[in-house]
Amino acid sequence: MASGVLVYADHREGSVLAGTKEALGAARRLADQIGGPVSAALIGNGVAGLAQELIQSGADTVYVADAPALDKYTNATYLPALDAIVSQADPAVVLFSKSLVTLDLAPRFAFRRGVGLANDVIDLKVENGQVIASRPVYGGSAMAEVLPEGTPQMFTIRGKTQEPLTPDPSRQGNVVPVSVTVSEGPVKVIDQQKERASGPKLQDATRIVSGGRGIGEAKENWRQLEELAEVLGGAVGASRAAVDAGWVPTHMQIGLTGTTVSPDLYIAVAISGAVQHMAGCSGAKTIVAINKDPEAAIFKQARFGVEGDWKKIIPALTKELKAMM
Amino acid sequence: MNIIVCVKQVQDPETPASQFRVDEAAKKVIPPPGIPPTVNQYDANAIEAAVQLKEQHGGRITVISLGKDTARDAIKQALSMGCDAGLLIDDPAFEDADAYQTANVLAAAIKSVGDYDLILCGRQASDWDQAQVPQGLAELLGIPSVTPVAGIEVTGTTLRVKRLIEDGYEVLEVPMPALLAVSNEANQPRYPTLKGIMAAARAKVDVKSAADLGVNAVGRKVQLLRLYVPKVESQIEWITGETPEEQAANLARRLREERVI
Repeated sequence: MASGVLVYADHREGSVLAGTKEALGAARRLADQIGGPVSAALIGNGVAGLAQELIQSGADTVYVADAPALDKYTNATYLPALDAIVSQADPAVVLFSKSLVTLDLAPRFAFRRGVGLANDVIDLKVENGQVIASRPVYGGSAMAEVLPEGTPQMFTIRGKTQEPLTPDPSRQGNVVPVSVTVSEGPVKVIDQQKERASGPKLQDATRIVSGGRGIGEAKENWRQLEELAEVLGGAVGASRAAVDAGWVPTHMQIGLTGTTVSPDLYIAVAISGAVQHMAGCSGAKTIVAINKDPEAAIFKQARFGVEGDWKKIIPALTKELKAMM
Repeated sequence: MNIIVCVKQVQDPETPASQFRVDEAAKKVIPPPGIPPTVNQYDANAIEAAVQLKEQHGGRITVISLGKDTARDAIKQALSMGCDAGLLIDDPAFEDADAYQTANVLAAAIKSVGDYDLILCGRQASDWDQAQVPQGLAELLGIPSVTPVAGIEVTGTTLRVKRLIEDGYEVLEVPMPALLAVSNEANQPRYPTLKGIMAAARAKVDVKSAADLGVNAVGRKVQLLRLYVPKVESQIEWITGETPEEQAANLARRLREERVI
């Protein structure tokens, strides 16, 4: 009989993603209530070395599908590998952490298994032995409580909503190699291009300065935000409006379909605060909003509000903080 | 090239929070009066991508939507942008369909339309944000799929697809037939021309029910237990000052006092 919780171990360039460790933390808490082990599905080429990290973060057993054909992610090659692992582990629940890989993988896998999937959930609880999830809908204007049916129940978890366990180097676990015959799939990855800014990554930054439609196209305007971010040791983000206008690259987008961030300090500059944007930054501990429109929605969720022209306030704030820090 | 585009009509995502209402007993969102529904934004990107491919390579674009009678407007908008034919699946039994039901209905509708080379969808819909229907549809049809897509080129029977990754993008080669779920990075949807609007007004949209397609018995895979509007209590502290410089100084001081910096 199916039992326990299995986490899909998402990794990039030889590192386990933070979201996977958060999912392992959630898995541990769920397994304490529904019973059974916490396991992880580790799929890739030359990734077996990551198994210990997963055990330290809460996995009892790590199932490893390691093959040259799994070097680059495509759903055509990863789906059979995950399917083999889930068949072997027989979990009651499968957790994914939200990423651009699991966005592709999880729904197709749920359909292959003929079970329900709740995507982008922010909270999980157990009732009558089944897992129920909360997920924001309508860009965060409403919240839905949902129960995916079938076995295993499947969920994709929004980043920074679950606490990881403190890594324990003395934790023991099993590593189980799973042999899968994977041939090269129909889809081939032929190139990869990085668009990376200097400074801390957006999702790792503890302080973020973010610009919206009101910043405009001029490079020197965005430079103002960069200078403030530099003083704070943080990163610069943007709303979708600024990305869609082509002013800044896609990887800077914060929001429902961009990066989810939860910094200690989030300074939203000339951002109206559309629900889709707030979905990406509502985990911030302190939100400062600077906007010339006092009715802007961003002020409803901000801890500190400054009504005024950012072009005058930001340079002054940069100067103040430079003197202070 | 035969292209199918799946579109969804959604409540305008720009609906102000003050006009957003939920019927908790019925577990439904109450449509805001006076704010017409729109084509899901990512679906507009999918329509635009389809029309651009048709302009480059020729072919025919069929638009399919599962929705109420009002979704006819979404199909008409796609036609006015350059799509050729429309099919509306209107069935009260699927008014609140989950991703599993929706994908099954669309798969049956696509089979009823005939041969295709490419299916385009938006990467997710702005109402329920499930981001499941495109990949589920591809799984049901047994064809390759990619999401989220930021660019498409066609050479012969192969697609060259730009797929977003966290810090950039990768380029994939995908054989047709295939399904691609398009993201907003792919393009800027065009405004329909007057000629397009007039042609769309005259065009006939086929309407079928789930029973016509033989999928009326497909049940949900995700139960909706509760739908509510979360309470947000504003705790804002306004930072004032005679000048922007004074505001900036007061903000810096308050951030220090609250140990934020």
